[in-house]
Amino acid sequence: MPKTIVEKILSKSSGKDLKAGDYAFADIDLAMANDITAPLAVEGFQQIADKVWDPNKIYIPLDHQAPADSINAAENHKKLREFAREQGIKLYDVGEGVCHQLMLENHVEPGQLVIGADSHTCTYGAVGAFATGVGSTDMAAAFATGKLWFKVPQTIKINLTGQTKQNVSAKDIILKLCKKIEADGALYKALEITGPTTKNLTIPSRATLTNMAIEMGAKTAIIQPDKKTEEYTGVEAPEWLYSDPDADYVQEIELDVSSLEPQIAVPHQVDNVHDITEVEGTKIDQVFIGSCTNGRLEDLEAAAKVVKGRSFSEDVRVIVVPASRDVYNKAEEKGFLKTLFEAGAVVEAPCCGPCMGGSFGLLAGGEVGLATSNRNFRGREGSPDAEVYLSSPEVAAESGIQGKIAKPRGDF
Amino acid sequence: MSRAWKFGDDISTDAIIPGRYLTMNTPEELAEYVFESERNEFASEVEKGDIIVAGENFGCGSSREHAPLAIKGAGVDTVIAKSFARIFFRNSINLGLMVAISDEADKIEDGDEIEIKDNKIVNKTKNESYNIEKAPSFIENIVQHNGLLKYVEKEML
Repeated sequence: MPKTIVEKILSKSSGKDLKAGDYAFADIDLAMANDITAPLAVEGFQQIADKVWDPNKIYIPLDHQAPADSINAAENHKKLREFAREQGIKLYDVGEGVCHQLMLENHVEPGQLVIGADSHTCTYGAVGAFATGVGSTDMAAAFATGKLWFKVPQTIKINLTGQTKQNVSAKDIILKLCKKIEADGALYKALEITGPTTKNLTIPSRATLTNMAIEMGAKTAIIQPDKKTEEYTGVEAPEWLYSDPDADYVQEIELDVSSLEPQIAVPHQVDNVHDITEVEGTKIDQVFIGSCTNGRLEDLEAAAKVVKGRSFSEDVRVIVVPASRDVYNKAEEKGFLKTLFEAGAVVEAPCCGPCMGGSFGLLAGGEVGLATSNRNFRGREGSPDAEVYLSSPEVAAESGIQGKIAKPRGDF
Repeated sequence: MSRAWKFGDDISTDAIIPGRYLTMNTPEELAEYVFESERNEFASEVEKGDIIVAGENFGCGSSREHAPLAIKGAGVDTVIAKSFARIFFRNSINLGLMVAISDEADKIEDGDEIEIKDNKIVNKTKNESYNIEKAPSFIENIVQHNGLLKYVEKEML
């Protein structure tokens, strides 16, 4: 029977011939939990077992409240360090980076089944893995057994065609898709993102696409591996890892990106997306460039290019947070961080930053933020009376300079 | 008999419990802040056994299990919605919070007196009853074991 790439990975991992709609327990290749979700997972695990199933397949990055911003966070971090030490698990301590970036850079391989106790785990589909977010109790069960139950999702195929205009990037494509599919349009489903545009994108840009699948309710997003995937991960993709030509898709969506304008998600819904022309001139108080969506080297490069030789508005705080130590190092070497810092930005050590609103960089009531992150829900990035807009790094940089939502200069 | 607390579509886990409270790990602590920015009076006025009723995509966004824990901590043991975001749905099953899918959830209004009886929602205020979608047997099996950890302990370890 013809199968989608998702059906193939879950069939292989469960040892059963599965199709969309089937339920099964499957073997996990990698499991990740962070400083927000791991404490509850450890508590659950300790109720049922003493030793984890395989310490070499579990990773615990401390990234959401890093360095610890409260005594409670410090206690959670301490507990996780002790757990990791006693179990022989690799823990990425504060300052190493955002969990998803660390997993992508160092661990995930094409064809793997990966779970993460964080909703943006779907990011790893950028390298052809089936990766999905779960909760802490799911993670506790996986810590103990190396297995978890799955419903095999139906797949929506997204065919991207055309070449984006200058200063239009992966973030604009995925925001446009959020608008098209809506916040619940892909509930329980997988997105298979394909087409010539996708093939031309770098792995980091692909990760910007897959990262936001959850904002449409999707279980995961996946991009079939190619040469770029193999170069990025350093491993050869398995031969069976592709969708059969006559595989069954629940829906097929075509998007020609050649006339796409920069896109902005407007408060307080990620699918409330508009062409930038509709919100240009909106005054802003803070810009955040970073996160698992847009905190990678090419994002900082894009922002630095826009900023080069200019200064951020004195009325705007600009917070830049590279997604990992590796990204930080390279952005430093290439001068991107210097450019942003000299223009007036605060450059922080790698972590989730203001994205989740648990740590620094919160917004006060009545303030307006523009962020390159993935969610603009009411109250997420600070006060429930603040507003958050989402954009690409290019738009965030230009807006930081002008003090209002603005298009970067260049060809539109 | 339970009071229905009605919410709209796309209620995120940020709306259920904001990120700044996630260093707390017990249902009791979390319950103090549940729905703080969405519906400020909820935490102080909700009574044990009350039921949350919502539209589409309840619990979207972050995977934080603090969201169903906060709801449980507030004394609510059932959420009825037209649809649930999948991670919230899994977390709820795993924690033993009842999540009932009903395409008639819209007919319930805030403050209605409702109960779940014989796999149906009974609306005493309106004198109506509504269907609940039957859970797949695979999930039913986990629920009958009182959540995932008990299932794993009994069947897999």
